[in-house]
Amino acid sequence: MMSVLSVRVMLFLRLFFEFFKTGLFAVGGGMATIPFLYNMADSTGWFTRMDVDNMIAVGESTPGPIGVNMATYVGYITGSGEGGLPLAILGAVVATLGLITPSIIVILIIASFLKSFRDNRYVESAFYGLRPASTGLIAAAGLSVIVANLFFTETLAGGFSLAFFNWKGIVLAAVLWVLTNKVKQTKKLHPIIFIGASAVVGIVLGM
Amino acid sequence: MSIYPDLFATFAKVGVMTFGGGYAMLPILQREVVDNKGWATEEELVDYFAIGQCTPGIIAVNTATFIGQKQRGVLGGIVSTLGLVFPSLVIISLLAGVITTFSHLAWVNHAFAGIRVCVCILILNAVIKLLKKSVIDVPAGILFAAVALCAYFTSLSPVWFVLLAAVAGIILKNLGGKKA
Repeated sequence: MMSVLSVRVMLFLRLFFEFFKTGLFAVGGGMATIPFLYNMADSTGWFTRMDVDNMIAVGESTPGPIGVNMATYVGYITGSGEGGLPLAILGAVVATLGLITPSIIVILIIASFLKSFRDNRYVESAFYGLRPASTGLIAAAGLSVIVANLFFTETLAGGFSLAFFNWKGIVLAAVLWVLTNKVKQTKKLHPIIFIGASAVVGIVLGM
Repeated sequence: MSIYPDLFATFAKVGVMTFGGGYAMLPILQREVVDNKGWATEEELVDYFAIGQCTPGIIAVNTATFIGQKQRGVLGGIVSTLGLVFPSLVIISLLAGVITTFSHLAWVNHAFAGIRVCVCILILNAVIKLLKKSVIDVPAGILFAAVALCAYFTSLSPVWFVLLAAVAGIILKNLGGKKA
């Protein structure tokens, strides 16, 4: 009994730590947490990369900052893997607190010397490097999402793997890209509308 | 009367009314925090946003901490931030429970397969938007490409890329400064 308890305490401590790390190193807002979530999926096995993809959609279509929503969702899934509803909710709370703790600490420190922080030459030059790197990390995550969802891979006998196009997915992606970038009437619409429409298309086409 | 419940409630309201985060929150903060409460001026809000964007963490969280700190110091910052994330905790916990319960149904899986295709495009659009702001010259472009490729083909923690990029930024900018 004691060992179950201590294993659980360790799990929640690690959950807090993993999200603390995410909150400390994800620069540039919600989307910047995605690469950290993938890394967490691979290194902890608490949830899958597909869970991350789903939670991006859930995070975008529910009230609240997307980064916070994703942390809450991951924490919930991780906690529910351990037991019932109380542990799921505990997981959600622990992950969210882990994510926001570094922000609170960093901002409280910066708030005390606000002006000199913004004008500091080294801070400014560090961010010159950080911004493209953060974008690069999100791009790599985006590429993983695309490969995972627009292609089917099959491993044949002998270890060869073959990639097949997920035609339904590619056509839907192309239509969505045009609607969100090229069509004046639709490109300003809220993402939740495209997410909802994609869910309907997924059901109708049996994707 | 204590201001803490007001800070918590106001930021909870901002949390409920924000979809997606980041810039989506700016007009709501303008109405609630600047116009209704007078806790910050328009200029301060823009400053907080700019700093929130280039400091670690979620922009919305950083901004809430700033405004709360300005009102009531450390505790004010903490209370405001907890207020902001409170609705997310409630809504997502309810929703995650529902999704987990119904995830074995075929049509739910079909719906999520469609949704994930949409997520591909949402991330692609976000990257294109960020590229325009972050890749402002050739060295920044090289840094972007190098990080994107290394992150895709290795399983290194993103932490290393962030640390190395900050160092690279300092070196590149200060070398450029000496030449000019």
